[in-house]
Amino acid sequence: MHVPDGFFNAVTSVSAGAVAAAGVAVCLRGARRELDDRTAPMAGLVAAFIFAVQMLNFPVAAGTSGHLLGGALAAILVGPYTGVLCMAVVLLVQAVFFADGGLTALGVNITIMGLVTVLVGWAVFRLVTGLARGKGGVTLAAFLAALISVPASALVFTLLFWIGGTAPIEVGAVAAAMGGVHLLIGIGEGVITAVTVGAVLAVRPDLVYGARGLAKPLLLRGAEGTTTTVGEPEPVPVRGALKPFLLGGLGLTAVLAGVVSFFASSDPDGLEAVAENKGFLDQAADHLFGGWALADYGEVGGIPVGVAGIIGVGLVLLIAGGVAYAARSRDKIKV
Amino acid sequence: MGAGHHHQLYLPGGSVVHRLPPQCKLLAIFAFAIVVVATPRERFWAFAAYAVLLGVVAAAARVPVTYVGRRMVIEVPFVLFAFLIPVIGLGERITVLGLSLSVPGLWAAWNILAKATLGVAASILLAATTEPRVILIGAQRLRLPSLLVQIAMFMLRYMDVIMEEMRRMRVARESRGFEARNFRHIPVIARSAGALFIRSYERGERVHLAMLSRGYSGRMPIIQDMSASAHQWATALALPAAALAVLGLTW
Repeated sequence: MHVPDGFFNAVTSVSAGAVAAAGVAVCLRGARRELDDRTAPMAGLVAAFIFAVQMLNFPVAAGTSGHLLGGALAAILVGPYTGVLCMAVVLLVQAVFFADGGLTALGVNITIMGLVTVLVGWAVFRLVTGLARGKGGVTLAAFLAALISVPASALVFTLLFWIGGTAPIEVGAVAAAMGGVHLLIGIGEGVITAVTVGAVLAVRPDLVYGARGLAKPLLLRGAEGTTTTVGEPEPVPVRGALKPFLLGGLGLTAVLAGVVSFFASSDPDGLEAVAENKGFLDQAADHLFGGWALADYGEVGGIPVGVAGIIGVGLVLLIAGGVAYAARSRDKIKV
Repeated sequence: MGAGHHHQLYLPGGSVVHRLPPQCKLLAIFAFAIVVVATPRERFWAFAAYAVLLGVVAAAARVPVTYVGRRMVIEVPFVLFAFLIPVIGLGERITVLGLSLSVPGLWAAWNILAKATLGVAASILLAATTEPRVILIGAQRLRLPSLLVQIAMFMLRYMDVIMEEMRRMRVARESRGFEARNFRHIPVIARSAGALFIRSYERGERVHLAMLSRGYSGRMPIIQDMSASAHQWATALALPAAALAVLGLTW
């Protein structure tokens, strides 16, 4: 699923990059609450684990095999914030060192494979564990979380490709096909995630972030048959609570929708080719933003195409830079 | 520890490209990728010129073409997808070799093939001429959040350890006659993944304690001087500047 360069137009790539940067900035702060001073070493270790697990091929149907995305697994094992960070780092390393996924598509990749899988997976997990308690509940929740996170990621990819992709496609048909195929892959992902979580739960239940509420109090049996309970587990401090996480996700989506659709409407590559179906070089400048100076990448307002593109890119870069700077200044206060 | 200490993706050398500071190379490759993606797909000559530019960089870095070619395999899944687009695409259709193909779809496929190939080749050149650890130091100098860089550094350090652990578990499975053939074998693999997580996490905790006892304070010391001179910046940024010039010339 790693998206290479050239799949999305420059503006979509950079907007998705801004969304990814904002998401990662939020998670950098959240992860410190999940792991304290151990954040860097342990998150690095989990990232390496996710990288290794992504190489585990499992048979899906006769002859074909799939591999894990790992977003839901990471969220359940180490918590949503650390999970996003781990996925982001895995994708970064894959793009820079292994050329797997384009450099300019890094933002898209982090958004669809990091943010969406972890966000959706964690939301479903919390929802199901709220309804079904106990170890069985956790296993079931892990299965459903992973199962739903994969097609959700595929659907967001389709949506992004429809908005800012470089090919004209029929969005409904492709969404159905992508969703269907990835539902199948999701079943494999769900089974493997549930069994993995179950295996860890059986040996070291304290390592599963999503099952912290299950720890039993220590029972002391005296020689005369007296029993005393020690260390009643404090009501689980639900760090990484659902609400701020969902609100953050909602905000990100709003930014993405706003920025991307705004620019994409002036993009000669994808949408107009579908809408006008008249060939792709003689663009008719009669749409909503037709009068705006940057419309059709500036062919109307007399600004050369490249300059208009660069202005757009620069605008989004400014936003991304602002977010990165905000995250960095907090870095310095407490590392 | 018998092998060298460089990573398998890194091709040791002392060329101009190898000696450039990592932050210059990162920025240059990133700017180059943006210029490539922003190039309108109708400008065939521009893409040919970009390929020549990368060829010049490869020659200057003394990276053999076969080395780059071998590692381009990573692109294959998306090449297959690119070939699918003309078949499922919308719009005006033409018949080629008895297949009805969409014209905008063909353009899109060409667009993805050209840009993805250039992007992959550029990334491979970066990884081949710069050690992974050094690339991350460069990223930190480019103001990537330091926590993120640290996580990536720990990931690189742990990666080989965990892969080796996984390999040992696979050898153990296979020497007992196990081979994942169908759906029912998934639980076995999943339990190995669970065991792998516990083993690596416990190892990570031990390593963390060992680091603390040796004075780790949340920051890895950087012992190399990574500052870049104006001349080095100019050398590195020649690549995206040339690409931008090509884009301007083929207007």
